[in-house]
Amino acid sequence: MTVRPTQPAPVAAPTPPDPAPPERADRPGPGAPRTRWRRRLTRLDEKGAPYAYVSPFFLLFGVVGLFPLLYTAWVSLHDWNLIGGQGDFTGLENYRDVLAQPYFWNALRNTVSIFLLSSVPQVVLALLIAAALDSKLRARTFWRMGVLVPYVLAPVAVALVFSDLFGDRFGLFNHVLGTLGVPEIRWHQDTLPSHLAIATMVNFRWTGYNALIFLAAMQAIPRDYYDAALVDGASRLRTLWSITIPQLRPTVIFVVVTSTIGGLQIFDEPRMFDQYGLGGPDKQWQTLTIYLYQLGWTQKNFGRAAAVAWMLFLIIVVFALVNFLLTQRISSKEGKR
Amino acid sequence: MSLARRAHAAPTAYVFLVVVLLASAFPFWWSMVIGSKDSSAIVRDPYSLVPGGHFLQNAATVADTVPFWKALGNSVIVSTTASAAVVLISTLAGFAFAKLRFRGRGALLVFVIATMAVPTQLGVVPLFIVMSKLGWIGSLWAVILPSMVNAFGVFWMTQYLREALPDELVEASRVDGASTLRTFWSVALPAVRPGAAMLALFTFIMTWTNFFWPFIILDPGNPTLPVALQQLQAAYFVDYSLVLNGVVLMALPLIGLFVVAGRQLVAGIMQGAVKG
Repeated sequence: MTVRPTQPAPVAAPTPPDPAPPERADRPGPGAPRTRWRRRLTRLDEKGAPYAYVSPFFLLFGVVGLFPLLYTAWVSLHDWNLIGGQGDFTGLENYRDVLAQPYFWNALRNTVSIFLLSSVPQVVLALLIAAALDSKLRARTFWRMGVLVPYVLAPVAVALVFSDLFGDRFGLFNHVLGTLGVPEIRWHQDTLPSHLAIATMVNFRWTGYNALIFLAAMQAIPRDYYDAALVDGASRLRTLWSITIPQLRPTVIFVVVTSTIGGLQIFDEPRMFDQYGLGGPDKQWQTLTIYLYQLGWTQKNFGRAAAVAWMLFLIIVVFALVNFLLTQRISSKEGKR
Repeated sequence: MSLARRAHAAPTAYVFLVVVLLASAFPFWWSMVIGSKDSSAIVRDPYSLVPGGHFLQNAATVADTVPFWKALGNSVIVSTTASAAVVLISTLAGFAFAKLRFRGRGALLVFVIATMAVPTQLGVVPLFIVMSKLGWIGSLWAVILPSMVNAFGVFWMTQYLREALPDELVEASRVDGASTLRTFWSVALPAVRPGAAMLALFTFIMTWTNFFWPFIILDPGNPTLPVALQQLQAAYFVDYSLVLNGVVLMALPLIGLFVVAGRQLVAGIMQGAVKG
């Protein structure tokens, strides 16, 4: 912070602005009340304005972000119907009921499975793409924009295209695999293939985006770090692994944590994977958010839906923390080499 | 001077990137191919990669099946309003956080950063209750209001203003007797334009592609584009020529935006990464 000699010292006491300081000689009589008024205004402006400027954000965020999240806890402790509204206070009954449902556990398994299949390969692939973009390329901007193209397609659109490409009987992917001698994969029937298909949609949309984040971080690494490696004749991959990646630690953590928060709430892709939107005939790809939607808007049981929302919130917090610690650990080990 | 200038790209890097780009573009191309054929052409040769000549007919059927024009208009209204609001609210708050001194500034900024990690999507149940109390179910306002604020925007503008607007300029304007509002208007806003444009772009794309909440709160007759696409799938599952035609129609405006402003998007992601 630079020193600001011209600014009056911040007044801590919440007293009203004190009477105007003694009039200065060059500002005589008639102008005085006006000046005083102006000074008051200025002080009020300096003290009050910052709060006025930040308040639209905090007010709106409170109403549409924070309040709903906290109120979810309240709803989850009641019998609460979509149409009938608030009913009796039931304590933790909604949680007990939900935890006793095999579908809840199924949805949790699916969510975690899809998340793992989408986050791990995505980070690896994004790092490789970033490494390729980090070299001296002709038409730099072209390549950078190119990897970002998938980001402008909506997840809903991505899901529709891929659910065609992953068609069980006439899908292009099965056709290509078939010519390679791979037997037909039932993407819309079997659990793991359906998770792979959905994870592919997520990876498609986000890999390039994350690659650009990694690229920016790579370019911030001082070039002399690579001198030793160059002298030792280390290969490009080796350099990437031992110098670049350890340096990228904070960025990798950032990407992993944000993709955890988003990934565990996944809805659009599995919802659109078939036209029924229930997460498969046997709920093979029903995720927690689809389950939440089913409870709240199909069964009209807001109490239970709110209970699922809160549990998902806690799961996300736990996952984000675990991921944070894991990434920190792994990359600091790498860094010690 | 460092020995290791940035390495010249190996041929393998080009090959790898070409594969990545083809994979990135392919789903869109595939939608063009399928979306421009009639069903009989698809049955005859399901794996051809050449588009057919039925794009406009299919598009007309799409517009007859779902309220496409209405959805397009709604998406434009929602995304534009949300972007304008996010930029205005975030710039105001960012100006205060970056350039003004006030009690509680540090704590409030920490709060903003913490809320970036809060999965607000999980508040849909109470949000629905609130909207139904307001009588806003089915109304565009129910979609616009929650997308008008975003903690990331405040964080972004704070960071941007810290670097783009020298303290001396703010100071000079003060010495000249300008109010903070006047300083904001005539000194901060001009300095912040590139950052604000990027934030507007990201918000626009985020709102345009948003599905979960609009799907819950909007009526079938008054959808946004992603909701209309869902209806298209529900109505014509077997006929992918229509569904994927709809995908192309929905994607075209953003592809256009990308052609015009893709550079800024790339720059925005890369700047955000360094600062975040």
